[in-house]
Amino acid sequence: MRVAERRPLPLRIRTDGIAPIVALLVVLLILVAFVQPDFLAPSSLMSFLGRSAPIILLAAGQYFVIVCGEFDLSVGSLVTAQVVVAARLIDSDPSHTWPVVALLLVGGALVGLVNGLVTTVLRVPSFITTLGMFLILVGAVYLWSDGAPKGGLSEEFRRFGRRAIEDVPLLGRIPYALLVLVVVAAIAVVLTRSDFGRTLVAVGDNPRTAELSGVRVARTKTIAFMLSGLAAAVAAILLGGYSGVSFQAGVGLEFGAITAVVLGGVALGGGRGSVVGAMLGALTLETLFALMNFTGVSGALRSTVQGVIILLAVAVSSLRSSSSR
Amino acid sequence: MTALSLRPARHAVPGVFVALALTLVIGWLVVMLDGGQLFNQSTTVSLLHVAAGLGLVAVGQTLVILGGSLDLSVAYVISLSTLVAAEAMNGSDGALLPAIGLALAVSAAIGLLNGVLVTKLRINAFIATLGVGLLLKGYLDNGYDGPAGESAPALVRTLGYQRIGPVPVSFLLLLAVTAAAWFALSRTRFGHHLVAVGGDPEVARLSGVRNDRVLITAHVLCSLCAGLAGVYLASRLGSGAPRVGTEGLYDLESIAAVVLGGTALAGGRGGVLGTVGGVLLLASIDAVFNQLEVDAFFKQVIRGVIIIAAVAVYARRAMRKAGS
Amino acid sequence: MADPQPAPLLALRGIGKSFLGVRVLDGVDLDVAPGEVHAVVGENGAGKSTLMKIVSGGYSPDEGTVEFAGQPRVFHGPRDAQRAGVGIIHQEFNLLPERTVAENVYLGHEPVRRGLVDRREMLDRTRRLLASIGETALPADSRVGQLGVAQQQVVEIAKALALDARLLIMDEPTAALADQEVELLYGLVRRLQERGIGLLYVSHRLTEVFDLSSRITVLKDGRRVTTVDTARTNTDELVRHMVGRELSNYYPQRADPADRGPVRLTVRGGGNRKLRGVDLELRAGEVLGVGGLQGSGRSALARALFGVAPFTTGDVELDGEPVRLRSPRAAMRAGIAYVTEDRKGEGIVARQSVLDNALLASRAVFAARSGRAARTARVRELLDAVEVRAAGDDQEIRFLSGGNQQKVVLARWLALTPRILLFDEPTRGIDVGAKSAIHDLVRRLATDGAAVLMISSELPELLGMSDRIVVLRDGRIAGELPAGATEEDVVALAVGAVREAAA
Repeated sequence: MRVAERRPLPLRIRTDGIAPIVALLVVLLILVAFVQPDFLAPSSLMSFLGRSAPIILLAAGQYFVIVCGEFDLSVGSLVTAQVVVAARLIDSDPSHTWPVVALLLVGGALVGLVNGLVTTVLRVPSFITTLGMFLILVGAVYLWSDGAPKGGLSEEFRRFGRRAIEDVPLLGRIPYALLVLVVVAAIAVVLTRSDFGRTLVAVGDNPRTAELSGVRVARTKTIAFMLSGLAAAVAAILLGGYSGVSFQAGVGLEFGAITAVVLGGVALGGGRGSVVGAMLGALTLETLFALMNFTGVSGALRSTVQGVIILLAVAVSSLRSSSSR
Repeated sequence: MTALSLRPARHAVPGVFVALALTLVIGWLVVMLDGGQLFNQSTTVSLLHVAAGLGLVAVGQTLVILGGSLDLSVAYVISLSTLVAAEAMNGSDGALLPAIGLALAVSAAIGLLNGVLVTKLRINAFIATLGVGLLLKGYLDNGYDGPAGESAPALVRTLGYQRIGPVPVSFLLLLAVTAAAWFALSRTRFGHHLVAVGGDPEVARLSGVRNDRVLITAHVLCSLCAGLAGVYLASRLGSGAPRVGTEGLYDLESIAAVVLGGTALAGGRGGVLGTVGGVLLLASIDAVFNQLEVDAFFKQVIRGVIIIAAVAVYARRAMRKAGS
Repeated sequence: MADPQPAPLLALRGIGKSFLGVRVLDGVDLDVAPGEVHAVVGENGAGKSTLMKIVSGGYSPDEGTVEFAGQPRVFHGPRDAQRAGVGIIHQEFNLLPERTVAENVYLGHEPVRRGLVDRREMLDRTRRLLASIGETALPADSRVGQLGVAQQQVVEIAKALALDARLLIMDEPTAALADQEVELLYGLVRRLQERGIGLLYVSHRLTEVFDLSSRITVLKDGRRVTTVDTARTNTDELVRHMVGRELSNYYPQRADPADRGPVRLTVRGGGNRKLRGVDLELRAGEVLGVGGLQGSGRSALARALFGVAPFTTGDVELDGEPVRLRSPRAAMRAGIAYVTEDRKGEGIVARQSVLDNALLASRAVFAARSGRAARTARVRELLDAVEVRAAGDDQEIRFLSGGNQQKVVLARWLALTPRILLFDEPTRGIDVGAKSAIHDLVRRLATDGAAVLMISSELPELLGMSDRIVVLRDGRIAGELPAGATEEDVVALAVGAVREAAA
């Protein structure tokens, strides 16, 4: 039996471990507790989680794309487009809510499908594909709404993003956004453990081996883009509800999502990392922003913080992998 | 010897100039049918102004792409440069040259940072320059809500609005920079080595090329070009503008112009003349749309499609090459 | 050795080199005189390429001395050797296809006047250089990518000469050349000789070696067997020197010819860019060995059968039915498995776990066929059956030894219960113990009824394992040998030495 022959290894490395990001999150929470003790009160913490749900969802979607070796820079514009489209289509009529929700999900998946096909079939580098998609989506949505958002969201639609189940014992309140997040996160975790999820990571690690083992690499990557588009659609529903309709709804979210994924220990270029790490990375990033807020640091510096995190994370992993060779 | 057709390596007219000519002819016809005039003084001047700004960035972008790298931070470098220049000038002609020097020095420093991240830390160029871009974005978001500083009147008069016939001084500046870049690529060791590094880093290294130094130099030159574009935009706008680079999509458009101009996105093949063709093509499409009074947002959709299509066509060509 | 040789240009004395404790070169002596063509021959793994890398600065020797032009030298890298006057022409050219001949020749040391590259001077010098080796027809300003392989080789040589190379190493210079181009190379080599340049000529093709060289050194297992004057030897003697390695390994019992099953796979007239007119039969229960030199089409054959680079001409039949194997998936559905030569690049997914690696193919192709749990259980059994030693199924595969990695790859394929297995160098880079475990596994698969095709560069392995051997040369099947063939038979077919029909 193999079990009997197992020999101890000098060190066992679980590189997709989420310990570092959990540690970082705990440290940040402790710091926040010092600066703003109220923050950790159950109800405010629950609200914080609800507010963070969209970026966590986007990080989960981005995880699928990054772990297979690509990027999706179109998610921010997709969120904007979805919010504006939803407002115009619902036009404050509650009966339109559910059909529009369905439409948004289909639309998100379709945008992902196009991103994926252009990247895999036409061999356009994904950052160019998705940046081009960014331009197209922003242009199209402005064009369609003649430069100013029209219509309005129904109360039913906005409920997901800004209402909560109130007066819950112990927790105070549970935002609907948090429930949506929990459901989507569970689906994401199940997906990463499925055949598809494992194959996806293999594609990011070594597409040659995957291809020679019968994996349909192009199809797998395209599905990853579709998942990212779907995640953006759900994020758009929550964000539209929370902050209302504007052309600014999704601005910069793609960079936030990528930063979160990198922070969560997922390797840019693919092949390593967990979706839980990516989602915790998003939560950590939001906590960091909250801390910046409480300590009076300008929110405008967010981009700088993201840039520093990306460069540091990539530089560290690049140096580590070159020294281990 | 086998009967091989040994055409000399001087490339024939790149396809982009054919596309440019076609665009101009068709555009001229369509605009005329629409009752307008494509080649009147004001449209020509504004076309050349658009080309000057984008062209300066794209020529710099050509250098890094030829070397197998990429620069996504140019849009932020442009914005920063407009601010540094305009704030240092503060409306006085006396500070003109020192301010330009300062703007270029800041840009060069950013290029140096990009180059070091790409070569010494071996970070993928896309990620490295994206990260640097975000750093700058945060600085700009934090420090500026709107236009700041005031460009020196002399700069506005000359670089901004002076022209010789229909040709703006800024376009002449672009031609000068292009000529310098062309000269550097074909007549200096740096140029030869840069193309070699982009073509095959291992071959270059084995032939004694110092790859890192060459690539860092290219990044510095690229940022310098973006900085110069910033100075030009400051002269047009009369002040520093914290979003002008990103709103002008100079990052993506410059890459698109380079690719349209026949330079391989993977490096090692191409040149600045094609890039100028790509720039003129994009500027012409813009001019035609302006004449037809096409919606600005529709223009943006078309821009996105053109960028993806240009790269897709390039990728097909590269694939056929690899397959043959 | 009768001529009073002038002072040698290159003198190697007692060169030794080890990698990770494995002795690759041991006490090798070798001289090259100015204007001499000295051929180095030996079968795969004899140490030729390591020796050439030591001469050209790629490696430094652990033992012994390198004397060049009368002075002891230690080259620090290829650049250093180039500056000293040692040039090397690799099988794969180090040229930039998008640049001109002159730009390639002078890359890194472009002639400069007043700080600027003097293009005219560069072209003139290139033309003179080309003229001096009789290549006046090659325009110095044409793009290298437009040139044929033979002309690119000329550019490589000119590039070395531009650095005043006095010793040129040519590593399999004719491997990529068409027949008529080889003639051109001959002329070139002669003109280089006339200029007093010493040549180290590494080649498998004995015809060329006899045509060109004045002396031949035979390497085997890292040692110099002999150095002979070309005029005083012949092909048979040379082949005898090259082979005859001790059979140090144990090989499992071969199949009894009576146990061989029906024909599983038939190829008739199979051809593509790398193969021509391949006829092949593969039977259930046998191990068919595939021999041949590097680049002879061995891997191309496996890749054609697995649908990676399919046959473009000819027919393939599986159990008598015509099949089209146009993608790896199609091949896998037809019951074919392929263990690649490049384990790191094409075999494993380095950062994934042992279990994920073993499940990769079943997940990709037959995901719906069986339940997850049953499939995982089956793969775990297979990992046990092939005796993978790992800290656990969730250990990343990159931390395993080469032999254990290979066993995981094997388990991945066995999970699909393939009927035809293609092995490309299954024991490359694997330690001795794991090697014989892999040999046993391969044989057991055949005994259990699978049809096995095994490519190997190691003659003892090829001879020890195979029930039949086909030898490829230049993309064609050069001949077939029965079990019990000798190393000489295989080498003779592989190098194209004219001998009596062996099959």
